[in-house]
Amino acid sequence: MSTIALAGRPAAIRRARRFHWPSWRYYILVPVALFQTLPIIFLANHAFKPLEELFLYPPTFIVRRPVMTNFEQLLLAASALSVPFSRYMFNTAFITGVTVFGSILIGAMAAYPLAKHRAPGMNVLFTIVIAALMFSPHVVAIPRYLVVNRLGLIDTYWAMILVHIAGPTGLFLMRQFTQQVPNELIEAAKVDGASEWTIFWRVIMPNTQPAWATLAIFTFLSVWNDEFGPLIYTRSEAMRTLAVAMITIQGGAEVVARQGAAAAAAFLMTMPTIIVFLLMQRRVIQTMAHAGIKG
Amino acid sequence: MNNVAEPRVQEVLVARQQAARQVWVGRVARFLRRHWVSYAFVAPFMILFAIFTIAPVLTSLYLSFTYFNILEPPRWIGWTNYRLLILEDDIFLIAIKNTLMFAAITGPAGYFGSLLLAWMLNPLRHRVALALAYYVPSITSGVAMAVVWKVLFFGGREGYLNAWLLQLGVLWEPIYWLQDQRTLMPIVIGVSLWASMGTGFLVFLAGLQQVPQELYEAGRIDGIPNALAELWYITLPYIRPQLLFGSVMSIVSSLSVFSVPVALAGLPSPLYAAHTIVAHLYDYSFIRFEMGYGSAIATVLFLFMFLLGRLMFRLLSSKDM
Repeated sequence: MSTIALAGRPAAIRRARRFHWPSWRYYILVPVALFQTLPIIFLANHAFKPLEELFLYPPTFIVRRPVMTNFEQLLLAASALSVPFSRYMFNTAFITGVTVFGSILIGAMAAYPLAKHRAPGMNVLFTIVIAALMFSPHVVAIPRYLVVNRLGLIDTYWAMILVHIAGPTGLFLMRQFTQQVPNELIEAAKVDGASEWTIFWRVIMPNTQPAWATLAIFTFLSVWNDEFGPLIYTRSEAMRTLAVAMITIQGGAEVVARQGAAAAAAFLMTMPTIIVFLLMQRRVIQTMAHAGIKG
Repeated sequence: MNNVAEPRVQEVLVARQQAARQVWVGRVARFLRRHWVSYAFVAPFMILFAIFTIAPVLTSLYLSFTYFNILEPPRWIGWTNYRLLILEDDIFLIAIKNTLMFAAITGPAGYFGSLLLAWMLNPLRHRVALALAYYVPSITSGVAMAVVWKVLFFGGREGYLNAWLLQLGVLWEPIYWLQDQRTLMPIVIGVSLWASMGTGFLVFLAGLQQVPQELYEAGRIDGIPNALAELWYITLPYIRPQLLFGSVMSIVSSLSVFSVPVALAGLPSPLYAAHTIVAHLYDYSFIRFEMGYGSAIATVLFLFMFLLGRLMFRLLSSKDM
């Protein structure tokens, strides 16, 4: 009996030792994390509330009886909108898709010589790109509008695509990451007789996958969420995007009356961004390790 | 003699010129043969970048000295736009005041908050999950999340915040949060801070993971006393490039505040309480189509960003380290 007790003891002690009080940091970090996520959890709950819960007094945070009424109202009835809501979703998805694809190709191609070639002018170009990190899209909005207007692209998808394809932030991240690809890989490919295009496609692209995944998600977010561009470049309702539709849905005095449909629309607009980011987050953090500016 | 020598001299000169030209042509050809691929690779990006970013900056500068309403060609009027803007446009002064106040709070608070949180997170095991919780607000759209804020801060009794505060007995009557000019700007600032753990935060987090552990060991041997000294003497100098990138991002985003105030309070906001420089720019350029005046506003905004950006480059450059 005593042997059993003795044998049991060290295990108990070990178990007791294994439990640590969490670091003091958690007592600050976890409440902040809750504060950061609560509004999104609220949105997810609000979108599924039936009418009587939306106007319950006192109001409730969590949905008690989730229903799809708000989504049905938004997608089928679309009372406040002159075109079906699905049109905005299609516009946004199409513009975002084409822009992401184009910006990866163009950005990766430009990043390769900026990082690895010694042709004259490459450093000057890179300095210009860094300086352009300080140009917000609002500063250049007027001349961009004039260019788009002159090219006859007002009220087309192209206006919203071309403006976003060549962004300095994406190129900057790509170039910094591409620089980390070992020169030996490129030299070895050259010895094997590879053309520059083959090197780009077979050596650079596979080895910078986290960087262009990051470029893709940043382009995705900035195009998907942008309301400034579509407000300026579109005239007809049929060409507008989710972000502009969100403004229309919320406009006017009867906001609160339509808050169910508005919450459903906001839910449909927000969830894809969060899901895409969660899928890509590992690569994004990998890329960010190289995102410093020496100055 | 002379009439024989002169054509000779000319011939020699011509031959020399030809030779020089050939050398030059040869050099250009060799240069192109060696480098054309590099230029071909950057060309698509740089052409679009020049059309939609570089040329617009210069055009905007030119237009700011003109009267331009799109229908007629721009007419040069010198400094008039700037004079009107600074001396006579009271609403622009409100916009500048609001924007600078907004930027002075959200810029530094977002920046140092991101740095502090990243630093606290870095040694922890549940780092990634917490980091995602902090980052997610910054990828939501300002206009979409406005639905939540409008319900939360609704002015009537049925607004969530009012209902809770009334229940708790803190308030006697509901506050019109988004119409009252005393509460509107603080709410805009709060909402923006909520979404401010963005790219800068991720860059800091990734940068902190790069600091080699040997540096800390060496520091301890050299007598660095505590964690704060470690942060100041080892960590921050090491992640200087990340700090610079983060500061540029935060300057640009805090000075170009537009979506959140417009989504919460409309354009123009009640008594211009949340009017910002970009809102003023949008109003004049794309509602009134006074594009010369709009360009002057853009130039002022650009100067603010560029000067602050240069200052950050001065402070945080690590090129000569």
